[in-house]
Amino acid sequence: MSFSLDAVGLVHPNGHRALQGVSLAAAGGERLAVIGPSGAGKTTLLRVLGAALRPGEGSVRLLDQAPWQLSAPALRGLRSCIGTVHQSPPIAPRLRVVTAVLAGRLGQWSALRALGSLLRPSDLPGAHEALSRLALEDRLFERCDRLSGGQLQRVGIARVLYQRPALLLADEPVSALDPTLADLTLQQLVRQSEATGATLVASLHAVDLALRWFPRIVGMRGGQVVFDRPVGQVDEAMLKALYA
Amino acid sequence: MTDPTALRDPAARRRLVGGLAALAIAWPMLQLAGFQPAALFGAGNLQVIGGFLAGFVPPATAPDFLALLAKATLETLAMATAGTALAFLIGAPLAFVTTRALSRSRIGPGPGRVRAAALRQCARSLLMVLRAIPEIVWALIFVRALGLGPAAGVLALAITYGGMLGKVYAEVLESTDTAPARALLESGSGRLAALCYGLLPNCAQELTSYTAYRWECAVRASVVMGFVGAGGLGQLMDQSMKMLNGGEASSILLVFLGLVLLADALSNALRRLLR
Repeated sequence: MSFSLDAVGLVHPNGHRALQGVSLAAAGGERLAVIGPSGAGKTTLLRVLGAALRPGEGSVRLLDQAPWQLSAPALRGLRSCIGTVHQSPPIAPRLRVVTAVLAGRLGQWSALRALGSLLRPSDLPGAHEALSRLALEDRLFERCDRLSGGQLQRVGIARVLYQRPALLLADEPVSALDPTLADLTLQQLVRQSEATGATLVASLHAVDLALRWFPRIVGMRGGQVVFDRPVGQVDEAMLKALYA
Repeated sequence: MTDPTALRDPAARRRLVGGLAALAIAWPMLQLAGFQPAALFGAGNLQVIGGFLAGFVPPATAPDFLALLAKATLETLAMATAGTALAFLIGAPLAFVTTRALSRSRIGPGPGRVRAAALRQCARSLLMVLRAIPEIVWALIFVRALGLGPAAGVLALAITYGGMLGKVYAEVLESTDTAPARALLESGSGRLAALCYGLLPNCAQELTSYTAYRWECAVRASVVMGFVGAGGLGQLMDQSMKMLNGGEASSILLVFLGLVLLADALSNALRRLLR
């Protein structure tokens, strides 16, 4: 099992209930799209899958480990196998693109290599390869604050491709991209999952993209999973009810 | 028709109460401090101040005094620079321990957060103790232990300024955008790497300009510590004032002015470099 959630519920510190009784599991290499209206709990679900939020109810297993029973070093090791594409790319604006991409492997590198790579990038070919998959290789030495929003989002995706995680989470990975680039980007995420056997979970606003690229669709609404079907069994009526 | 309560700013009352509280606290403070600016302009007082200041022109320019002044300036600069450098060595690691922006246990929250919070609190308290005692008091102590001279001033600066640098570094790290560092920690990065890849690129400029400003303060403080025997311009100033030599005093003050200008230029140059 790549991950399994059992009756997971989560209430944010401000009292807002974000997840309720969510049970969801996926085998290694599966590809899931999570769809649903704003505020449905998609981001919270991805953060639980990323071992970034600890749910108050239910049980979580990620990559065959129970993250919240692990020691701090073991949890760190688990996290280095999970990669997240964030909705707004969390990249310090003064970093160069190459450094921002190489930061994907900080969890696998020693502190010494990490510091050294700030002075002299330690894996230029690796960063170049990840960027070229997103048609961004000509920006290798640009500073991130000189990029457009869409380019920055692709840098954030390149970072996760370079990380090569076993569990690849993507929170609205293409929200800042035009249709052509959105298609290219999802294609690369899918290809990464096929090539490395990583499980891919992406939340998407664009239902057509979800239906085109993902074999399994999870519909969420009000913090609950409303349906979880192979893409062939998702029909117009279900989608209409989901967004009603 | 809009419901009038919907348009009531919920923050308004808190702001009003805060403003009134600030006034209520500040007024007795001014009274306690004996703040009576009118006394400065009383006839007798103006004469005394005027007579004192008249002795300051022209500045002294005798060659042997200038040689003394140059030596004292170098001593002050050395004291301030060495003191600030040592303070950095004390403050930076403590800030790294103290800052919540690099906390792994707060993600989740995860394992070991009680211990981590206790450690952060210990480091925070240590920073507080370090900066609670003014450098001049440390200088008085160290002058007794190490004898007259700049060494006492360097140690005094290192301790007090270490506490100040650590506190402010930690707070600057927390007030910048912490999302990049948090994202790195969430993907298994170490704390030092998260600092260098996630936080420093954003706030290196601010940290540098604060450090340069502290160096400027250290120059001034080393002058004050000179009065208690820690060498440098302060000691020279002390001698000139005791001999009522206003010309020498004004030459020394001109050097102060030059040093502050120098610190300003240094800070600007560093900021430009990091832009």
